[in-house]
Amino acid sequence: MRIVVEHLSYTYQPRTPFAVKALDDVTLTIEEGEFFGVIGHTGSGKSTFVQHLNGLIRLPSSLKRQKKIKPKKGCLPPPPPVLKVGDFDLGDKKTDFRALRKSVGMVFQYPEYQLFAETVKEDVAFGLKNFSEGKPDPRQTEEAVREALSIVGLDYDEIADKSPFDLSGGQKRRVAIAGVIVTRPEVLVLDEPAAGLDPLGKREIMQLLHRIHGSWCKTIVIVSHDMDEIAENCTRAAVFSEGKLVCVLPPSELFRDAGRLTDLGLDIPLTAKLVLALRERGVEIDCNFRTEDFVAAVLARKGGAS
Amino acid sequence: MHALEFRDVDFSYGDPSQDANAFRIRKLNFTVEEGEFVAVLGHNGSGKSTLARLANGILTADGGEIRVFDTVLGEKNLFEIRKQVGVVFQNPDNQTVASIVEDDVAFGAENVALPREEIGRRIDFALGAVGMRELRGATVSRLSGGQKQRVAIAGVLALKPRIMILDESTAMLDPRGRKEIIDVVLRLNKEEKITVVLVTHFMEEALLADRAVVMNRGDIVMQGAPSEIFARSDELLAYNLALPRIAVITKSLREGGMSVKDTLDISSLADEIAGELKCGS
Repeated sequence: MRIVVEHLSYTYQPRTPFAVKALDDVTLTIEEGEFFGVIGHTGSGKSTFVQHLNGLIRLPSSLKRQKKIKPKKGCLPPPPPVLKVGDFDLGDKKTDFRALRKSVGMVFQYPEYQLFAETVKEDVAFGLKNFSEGKPDPRQTEEAVREALSIVGLDYDEIADKSPFDLSGGQKRRVAIAGVIVTRPEVLVLDEPAAGLDPLGKREIMQLLHRIHGSWCKTIVIVSHDMDEIAENCTRAAVFSEGKLVCVLPPSELFRDAGRLTDLGLDIPLTAKLVLALRERGVEIDCNFRTEDFVAAVLARKGGAS
Repeated sequence: MHALEFRDVDFSYGDPSQDANAFRIRKLNFTVEEGEFVAVLGHNGSGKSTLARLANGILTADGGEIRVFDTVLGEKNLFEIRKQVGVVFQNPDNQTVASIVEDDVAFGAENVALPREEIGRRIDFALGAVGMRELRGATVSRLSGGQKQRVAIAGVLALKPRIMILDESTAMLDPRGRKEIIDVVLRLNKEEKITVVLVTHFMEEALLADRAVVMNRGDIVMQGAPSEIFARSDELLAYNLALPRIAVITKSLREGGMSVKDTLDISSLADEIAGELKCGS
């Protein structure tokens, strides 16, 4: 499913002293099959943006009651926002948001805090139960839960009857992700999936996402603060700052112009820092900023030189 | 005098005689000198947080003794010890109690029944030390994660501890918030001479410490200067720790036949690479 966003704006607590414009005229397209990154500071609007993707925040035009705001005199009204995920038009009142949410899975920050059931299998099965028409078939449910746990790297027989609260942090997070992907969403959105884990846990989560990507979920969207993570994993990344979309670029181009990110107070990946430091020393290294690629590029230069 | 000393400390969760997998610490010895900045590393479940919790009596050791400035930690002096050993945890939302910043900072000091004027002075000092004096009247729930965590640190500082233990206090923060906290901690260590024990997953943070300690299965398996520790990459990997990314690059370059020295500094690595590439041509 292709995600099309045009002229999307959002204000928290509008018409109050606490009003904050979280999104300001954002236009972008996420193609089917991408591993898409969303980066920006805390408060840049990136979480607000991803919450639109499965209708957690609704466009005013999709709500039954809407407040009509008269445009100021002499001003043109702002262009109407467009938000489409595949065939779902999120600006339309008649859209089936339940079906949408089944197709767009959302994993929040620290999803392990949302575990609630007594056993792992009940917790993972909850989404299936929630989305099924009528009573779900227990055999099919078990099969689906088994598969979901297996793709996140957990053994059903070992873990299904345990309490999710007895697991380690990394395991809990994987159970929580299994609970979202069990309904086989086409698009999976994750808000900082690796935050707070130890380095090994981080690597496991990223490997898991690559395993899901393409097979279970066609498109993956991750919000991340970790530029190395973006450089290593993403096809393209969108940079947000103060509610505005700054650019959407593949990492190979995004990190080439380091100044654009550092001006926004954002970090750049280690490889990009090294490329810059080498340039100052008169050595040009051309790479796509993945660690492997950087090392290969340096070694190729070495081989070519001697 | 050691600021903190563990002598043959035993501890276990659950009953190890019943459950062979129960986590346990056996005969742990560990010292921190006054004014030192020690980073504690280890994968999940290695015992780092247990170590932090034993140090101020949140958990009680099953055997051995824990000394804080040569006083043995026990039931009788628990509250005295806690004034000296402050702990800041991972989630800032779990450790703020009041709705206004200065009320929250005052909470600990009020709890130990300090005179009112003294509490005022302590709040001033603590908020100044973490750079939050302007926000003393702000609502805690409207602060950023880094600001909330600084309030939590201020709350601990108001008790004028001599040792601060940070148990993954930066794990939930964004890079900017993490830097705020690390800057504050470094300043407290250098200027206020507070002894710091920093439990962390971020290898980059451990580089700033005077000494790094690696835990595995409840035991201390490596210790030394951070640069030494990170040079022993095979050992670190064996303890399920990831190398800092810069060490990964150095290692792969060396495996590819370049003679670059171990370094954790970007510009010296760039010097090494540039030198190697230029002398070849």
